Amino acid sequence: MGDLFSLFINSVFIGNILLAYFLGMCSFIAVSKNIETATGLGFAVIFVLTITSPVNWLIYHGLLAPGALSWAGFPDIDLSFLKYITFIAVIAALVQAVEMIIDKYSPLLYASLGVFLPLIAVNCAILGTSLFVVERNYTFIESIIFGAGSGTGWLLAIVSMAAITKKLSYADVPKGLEGFGITMIVAGLMAMTFMMFSGITL
Amino acid sequence: MLNDSSRYKEILVKGIWTENPVAYQVLGICSALAVTVKMSTAIVMSLALTLVTAFSSMIISSMRKKIPSNIRIIAELAVIASLVIVTDEILKAFFYDISKQLSIFVGLIITNCIVLGRAEAFALANNPVDSFVDGIANGLGYSLILIAVAFLRELLGTGQFFGFSVIPNCIYDIGYQNMGLMVLAPGAFFIIGLLVWLKNSLSGISHEKR
Repeated sequence: MGDLFSLFINSVFIGNILLAYFLGMCSFIAVSKNIETATGLGFAVIFVLTITSPVNWLIYHGLLAPGALSWAGFPDIDLSFLKYITFIAVIAALVQAVEMIIDKYSPLLYASLGVFLPLIAVNCAILGTSLFVVERNYTFIESIIFGAGSGTGWLLAIVSMAAITKKLSYADVPKGLEGFGITMIVAGLMAMTFMMFSGITL
Repeated sequence: MLNDSSRYKEILVKGIWTENPVAYQVLGICSALAVTVKMSTAIVMSLALTLVTAFSSMIISSMRKKIPSNIRIIAELAVIASLVIVTDEILKAFFYDISKQLSIFVGLIITNCIVLGRAEAFALANNPVDSFVDGIANGLGYSLILIAVAFLRELLGTGQFFGFSVIPNCIYDIGYQNMGLMVLAPGAFFIIGLLVWLKNSLSGISHEKR
């Protein structure tokens, strides 16, 4: 239990998917101008990550990993090279399915999350998390925790960025640095702040 | 209608400098930063991305009249993902060490906004040869930023260039120190922010109004 909690904290702060591994930057820059949009997208990312990361774990360990097909009589087959195309297809399909389910059963949630879901299918953070799960040999439970933690870290980063950007609109930024340039500098400062947590062990 | 060679030149200049995908269109920085701690990984990554962009643009463009528009994203992703798998296998076969260091970031070329962005914005509306040139141009534009960032990070962070120490010992003797921050994540953000500033001041690109 303690290990899982520590993994969660680690993926939220120290190994923050956005500020330490630079995943999901594209949408980070695009929507970090507005706090409401950023919050909506952030929650959608947590939601999708918590689902896709264990599903991809099941598919990888049940079908693709070396020797995974031994139940079907093919112990020598190694399909792990197919992981990229499988993961991206699973993510795209799941995002589509989640969107339809939410639309059917919770119109309220759909109104707030719906527009962001298609955007998420091509967010590097989602594919990156699934690939990290394989790369780091997480167990099934760990993959759920890691997915949720990464999503939470992403939400934290993008919402604070949106808040800072809002304040910055009153600041006198040098002309060439406006927009993208200053966003990167601020992200750098935030990354330094998040690194502060790296001394903490649980 | 321009003749062929000046049209290609225009596409190239646009991709590499005036509409540089990283600095101007803010695409593809997801992966651009993580692999820039060392020159060698940055160069391999640039090469992989340039080839994937060029070939995916060409293939998608030659299929553009056949792909129904409502499933085009999936079709594009399938093309890109197949090319990435090929790239990854080649890297594993010939550059095993570097492919280990790049870890998941070769796979993340699939979701790199440059590849999909060029497919959507250019390849769907132009012929295969133009799209190929456009892919090369944008790949090189990305490489330019990536290699510049990697050069600065490796030089300032570890005092090395391609793994060889280039800063003479006498400079360390008078008190120079490597900047440990540059090797860590924040260094990449700072350098890319400052590079964008430099580029904006150089070319006089019109800025977005607040």
